[in-house]
Parts: sequence; C-alpha cells; structure tokens
Amino acid sequence: MSDQESGGTLDGDFFRRWLTTAGAAVEREADHLTELDSAIGDADHGANLQRGFRAVTAALEKEGPLAPGAVLTLAGRQLISTVGGASGPLYGTLLRRTGKELGDASAVTPARFAEALAAGVAAVAQLGGAKAGDKTMLDALEPAVEVLGTSFAAGAEAARAGALATVPLQARKGRASYLGERSVGHQDPGATSAALLLAALAETSEATG
Amino acid sequence: MKMLINVPETVVADALRGMAAAHPELAVDVENRVIVRGDAPVAGKVGLVSGGGSGHEPLHGGFVGPGMLSAACPGEVFTSPVPDQMVRAAAAVDSGAGVLFIVKNYTGDVLNFDMAAELAEEEGIRVAKVLVNDDVAVTDSLFTAGRRGTGATLFVEKLAGAAAEEGAPLDRVEAIARQVNENARTFGVALSAVTTPAKGSPTFDLPDGELELGIGIHGEPGRERRAMMTSREIADFAVDAVLEDLRPKGPVLALVNGMGATPLLELYGFNAEVQRVLAERNVTVARTLVGNYVTSLDMAGCSVTLCQVDGELLRLYDAPVETAGLRWGR
Repeated sequence: MSDQESGGTLDGDFFRRWLTTAGAAVEREADHLTELDSAIGDADHGANLQRGFRAVTAALEKEGPLAPGAVLTLAGRQLISTVGGASGPLYGTLLRRTGKELGDASAVTPARFAEALAAGVAAVAQLGGAKAGDKTMLDALEPAVEVLGTSFAAGAEAARAGALATVPLQARKGRASYLGERSVGHQDPGATSAALLLAALAETSEATG
Repeated sequence: MKMLINVPETVVADALRGMAAAHPELAVDVENRVIVRGDAPVAGKVGLVSGGGSGHEPLHGGFVGPGMLSAACPGEVFTSPVPDQMVRAAAAVDSGAGVLFIVKNYTGDVLNFDMAAELAEEEGIRVAKVLVNDDVAVTDSLFTAGRRGTGATLFVEKLAGAAAEEGAPLDRVEAIARQVNENARTFGVALSAVTTPAKGSPTFDLPDGELELGIGIHGEPGRERRAMMTSREIADFAVDAVLEDLRPKGPVLALVNGMGATPLLELYGFNAEVQRVLAERNVTVARTLVGNYVTSLDMAGCSVTLCQVDGELLRLYDAPVETAGLRWGR
C-alpha cells in the first residue's frame, strides 16, 4: 500500500478506475454470483449487478473529470436506477453515502476514504435492518472497513474471509431468510459480490502504487 | 430448456410490446417499463400503483384498468422494479388525490418502493404505502425478513381498486388495503422448480416423486420437501396451514391459484378438494376464483389464499373490474 505509506491521496480518477475494475470483476464473476444465488435466492444476482455496473461505466464515460465524492454518488445513483431487487438500493446507498461523506474534496487520503466507506456501510445496515451474522453483504463489508485504514489489501482479505464465513450461517434477511435452516451450507451471493468490490479496490490501488 | 423467447435480455420489453398490441386501452411505456390505464389520471380518483418482478403474470400489469390498479411497474424477471419506474407511474396516475403503493413484502420491493415514495413526495405527490405479507409458510419473526407477500396481493389490488374507483379518499383506500391484507393468508406448493430465462435451467432440483411445501413465487425452494402427495392430501395440508393462522369467523373469498405450469383441469380438481376441506372445517366460501393469477413462470404447483370478508369487502370484490387478467360486472 504505497499510497498510504507515502501519505498519497486518491483523486477522482482513482475512484473511476476502481469502479471500472469492479465492473470488470462483476462481468467475469456474473455466472458464479448467479449460481450462488440460485442455491438460496432467485438466481439473478450476477445479471442484476452486471446491468448496474454497465450503467455505471457508461455514465462515468459521459462525464468529464469528477471529484471522488461525485464519482461515487453518480455511480450509486446509477445502481439504484438500474439494478432493482435489494442489491440496487443497498449497493446504491453504499456508494452514494460514501460519496456524500467525501464531499467535494478533489482528492482524499486512504484513511479518509476508509472512514467514509464505514459510514456507507452503516447506512446499508440501517437501510436493510441487518447486522453482521445475518448472512448478507454486511458479513463482508463490516470486517473490511474495520481494517481498511491499515491497507486496502487487508480490507480485501477481510471481505473475502467474511464472505467465506457466511457458508455455515442461517440467513435472517432477504429472500434467503425464507429458506430457514436450508440456507445453511451456501455462501451468500451478496457477501461474495461485496468481496469482489473490495478486491477491485486493492487491485486498483496496487496498479496505482 | 426450450423457451418461446428471443434472448433473455429483451424478455420483459418484448412482453410489454405484445401486451401493448393486445390492449390498446392501456398506455404501455416499453422503454421506461410502466403500464398505465389509458384514461389516467382520472379526476378526483386515488391512484393505485403496484409492481414487482416480472414472471408473475398476469400480476401486476394484467390487473391495470378500471376497478383495479391505475399503473404497474414490471421489473426484470423476479427482480423488483427500480424507483424511477414507480415515480413515473405515480406521476402518471396522480390526479391530486394521492397515490397508494401496494408492495409485496420482499426486501427488494420494499426498499425500492420506500425510495420511490420519498422521491414522489418531493415532487408533491401524496403517497401512502401498504405492505402485503400473507404467506403463512414463513414465520414472521426476528429471524426472517417477515412473511412474504403472495396470493393476497390480488385481493388487496381488487378491493382497494374498487374503493378507489368509487371515489374513496386516500386514507380510506389505504385502510381497505390493510384490512384485506390482515384478513388474508396464503400457502403454496411446488411440483417443479422454475426456469428463469437468464439461467436457462431449473433454479433448484426437485426430483420426480417429491414436492416442495411452503414455496414463494420466485423460484426459491420452500421450507420443506416431502414425497409427492395427492391433490386431496395437498388441499388438507395447505388449507389447514392457512386456517391455523387465519381462524376466520365469517365467510371467505377463496383463491385457488396456479403457479404457471399446472393446467386448469388440475386446478379445478384441486379446488374441489379445497372446497371439501373448507366445508369439513365449517368455513363458508362466499366467492371462489380459480386460475393462474400470481404465477412463478413455468413452476408447476398451486397456492391457496383465503380472505375473510364482511358485507362491505364482499361488495367491493363484486364491483366491476375491467383488466387484462380479471374482468367482470360491466
């Protein structure tokens, strides 16, 4: 994490590249996400996120240079307007709230971004009425933001571990909750896609560093 | 799996174009995915807007018209619509008397309608919301997202729609919708899994000789799997599950609903068993509706919805309705 070690800052272009990288990861993993969703949901998580991130990429391409906060709020609005389901409002809120926290600063430190993302994660928890352990995206996001201030790589690893740790859990929120005990033994698709987002962040940061 | 489609990506838009061609009395906005009754906004009338994932036809687009919904927002297959669609629908049907959002209790529908309600209110539209959560297969507890909204949605849309058509104000239409939901319960079974266009193969594996009890309407598996039962046994199980929760003290409306791939021959046969159980339990059936109304694509199976009614609710049920999927009395 040379950025943080050098006290470097992240500009709007960094966040644009993060979201583009995340979109590419969603394209690559769409079938896997849908497969996970067919076990305990309705088999559309991959296709839905794919539609959303394509809209994000298209919207960002149309815009000139934007501040970090504006990149994230624009992306969040696109997700809310195109994804549908629960993941549209939840991912949309995550990015919008994080973007609003960053305000109109032209560049932010990684530590400042970690704080803002934590606020975004809190907003997701509030909107969905969920908490860690409910077998949702929060199981990846909450451990990630706890260590994100250390390094983006640590955040990505925590999210990945958090997603894997959803396997033995019983779902308490969302459509999987209707399966009761039958949701046990399957990895949560939302936590998995959240881990993809954090992995893309670390990847973008390494490419930058 | 063979399907009568072009490509999965255009399934919803293709269906809307076909619906528009078949129903010139509707205003179908294919691009923005909103189905509005052609004469909206009707002066002085409360607007009723519902919506949800596609794949449940005729719900909801098939219930747009005089006496029922003012507009419907179809999402992607089994995915809730987005707030933009709902705000557009609300704006199209609001005559100044306000709009009622009828929302099935699925997390995605709830979150998107909540966001839409905020946005519509910012545009000066008065919005009330009612949540449909009638599915007795799900225990409403801290450990789930609450009961699912399924078959009772038809009764909520029909009875609240009739009240709105008569000129009832928003708070009254909302109260009727809530009353119907509180008096209605549903239980569903699946004989086969769903194949979504995007996935192209069944969403879960249900072998011959087995059935799923307590399914929803999105191809998610049910709460329990058993060896295949007869129509008689399924009716006993499903009706008792509903009655255990509803305990009606008066006559009921009965909906024997097909999930999409079960023929009417089987549904009518099943209805005979449903009526038998209800008679054995001393429940009076005021009206019965049999058919595919709240479906789950190509799922085989059925659901039973019972809704206790008083004279006023029965009158609203009998009131004229003129939609693609439900039509009587005028």
